[in-house]
Amino acid sequence: MALDLVQIAVFCAIVTATVPLLGGYMARVYRDERVFLTPVVGPLERLTYRLIRVDPGKGQDWRAYARSLVAFSGVSWLALYVLLRLASDGGWDLTFNTTTSFVTNTNWQYYAGEAVMTDVAQMTGLAVQNFVSAAVGITVLLGLIRGIASRHGDGTIGNFWQDLTRTLLYVLLPLSVVGALFLVSQGVVQTLGEAKDLAVGPVASQEVIKELGTNGGGFFNVNSSHPFENPNALTNLFELWLILCIPAALTYTYGRMVGSRRQGWAIFSAMGVLYVGLVLVAYFAERHGTSAQELAGLTGANMEGKEQRFSTAMTALWTVTTTVTSCGAVNGAMESLTALGGSVPTFGMGLSEVVFGGVGSGLYVMLLFVILAVFLGGLMVGRTPEYLGKKIEARDVRLTAIGALWTALIVLVFAALAVGTKYGGPSIYASGPQGFSESLYAYLSQANNNGSAVAGYTGTTFADLAGGGAMLLGRFVPMLAVLAVAGSLARKRVAPAGLGTMRTDTPTFVVLLLGTVLLVGLLTLVPALLLGPIVQSLTTSLF
Amino acid sequence: MRKDLIRGALAVLAFTVLLGLAFPLLITGIAQVAFPGKADGDRSLVARPPRGPGDFVPRPSQTGYSATGTAFANRGPNQRATADLTRQHLRAYLARERRYVPGLTARDVPQDAATFSASGIDPHISPANARIQAHRVAAVRHLPLDKVMKLVDEHTDGRALGLFGEPGVNVADLDAALDQEA
Repeated sequence: MALDLVQIAVFCAIVTATVPLLGGYMARVYRDERVFLTPVVGPLERLTYRLIRVDPGKGQDWRAYARSLVAFSGVSWLALYVLLRLASDGGWDLTFNTTTSFVTNTNWQYYAGEAVMTDVAQMTGLAVQNFVSAAVGITVLLGLIRGIASRHGDGTIGNFWQDLTRTLLYVLLPLSVVGALFLVSQGVVQTLGEAKDLAVGPVASQEVIKELGTNGGGFFNVNSSHPFENPNALTNLFELWLILCIPAALTYTYGRMVGSRRQGWAIFSAMGVLYVGLVLVAYFAERHGTSAQELAGLTGANMEGKEQRFSTAMTALWTVTTTVTSCGAVNGAMESLTALGGSVPTFGMGLSEVVFGGVGSGLYVMLLFVILAVFLGGLMVGRTPEYLGKKIEARDVRLTAIGALWTALIVLVFAALAVGTKYGGPSIYASGPQGFSESLYAYLSQANNNGSAVAGYTGTTFADLAGGGAMLLGRFVPMLAVLAVAGSLARKRVAPAGLGTMRTDTPTFVVLLLGTVLLVGLLTLVPALLLGPIVQSLTTSLF
Repeated sequence: MRKDLIRGALAVLAFTVLLGLAFPLLITGIAQVAFPGKADGDRSLVARPPRGPGDFVPRPSQTGYSATGTAFANRGPNQRATADLTRQHLRAYLARERRYVPGLTARDVPQDAATFSASGIDPHISPANARIQAHRVAAVRHLPLDKVMKLVDEHTDGRALGLFGEPGVNVADLDAALDQEA
């Protein structure tokens, strides 16, 4: 056990140590400063602007920024849908779900990768969206940061095309090249050929961006538990780092861009506390067997749906990492976790993916919670709330509330539709409360753009369409709300901090922020959790 | 909006060429030159069914050790079906090994021996599991138990960097090494 906890602690230390390195690098990239890759990437960047006919220096207000984002995502959707209809075996309903899934950075998969997809579909369709949907998430965050940080009050929040291109060329692509080669050196396959009795393909190049972009869609059906996606504990450690590195580092980037590193570390701390707490619960839960195993006479820590090379610590760590970020890749079967262990990923997603969260999306939703916490703090002390010198007014709070609560609403409405009507029934695989947990998990995962699954839950036309709807609504409505907040903040003048200004870089504020996140998560989710995972944890009966 | 749509189409095209063709083909090229065996799929990373009673038996697989179509077993923690299947695995294991390890009971059976792995092609079993099976393998192959135990130790993949993951015995490698002994 001690060794397990050391593994977890060392991993957390590695992630924390890389936060200033990667975060500082990204801050320089986004502030238009020279970085060590500029000589190599600069020409490629300028070529891209020429090809797509963009003047990168031209700032956009939030409406123009949002228009560009919606247009780009719309075209991406259409292109991927056409490609998948041509180069994969899915029908229109499955393809609708899959296309939406990859364009919204969800990567929910109602299909089995190696059975349905051709190499062309995986490489030129799915993997490309893994890159660009991740970059789109970061652009929205950059818009919000610039809105908060702006001092000129002219309402511009940057240029969408420039942010998109820079994210792809300076951040995602270089890390992917290095990462893919490391993975191949460890045994992840990368070939365009065939092999007798083995499914192979261009896996490493897709695996790396699947984790780095918090996408999560596996080349193979069993995702990162497949030995060709994740052959040993070292690749497991590296892939875990890939999932967390950007979401964690962006807090530092944020601190640098708003001119106070402490602001970034404060948010990092709040995320870190929740993360470590969830990991410990999952780990100690999985050290026990399940009720079914006890009844069968089997003792020891639950190994059902886990791989021997990862076992308890590495699987628990992965389970939490993949669900609090919006990654959704798995290295074990979520369905086979212990009842308590399975409630952790459910709860992690229920916190609206703000514990590091998806690349970009985690921090922009967390910043909405920061604004909510500032608002609540302002109510407590009876002053107009302000954040980093910007007054938070009624319109801002309304938009913030929409952005922060919307996803939970989508989850509950769609899950209720699925279990309350006859249409959701055929998707359910397990009997008893586990069947409800499957349904709840499916809509939590899709609306939060996570993509992991309690994978007994199977696709039907209803499930494909409802899931696709949940993903679209869960992705783009909060994005637009965030950009609207960014636009509103960008037009405000900065008021100098006074004596009564509430500080947002202190432990007190971290606690207030944690309270806000937990309160919203618990209020929306506890009734649903009671019906599924909690009932299962409390009973030893079998169903 | 029209301008944005045109830009969007051009961007999708440009990024597909760069990220969907140039990047994976570059990686494939380098991988094929630098790591040829690994890039094409190292068979020792994938479990295969035992060929006979003298082989070590990998963990239970819901897919018959298929490396062309993988799937999770998706057995929930409170499902009756999970209990039934676990009991079946447990009985099969005891029936197979108890002849060679007298007094072996369900309490001695390691978890990994009676549960479905995630991938269905988990190449490893736990060292404890291997040490129980070693008695059968030694008897069937007419090898001294010490020799088999020594091979088990030699084919145990330790923790990565001495810390991460869990030690596991690679079944395919171990069986291949045993074939050499005969």
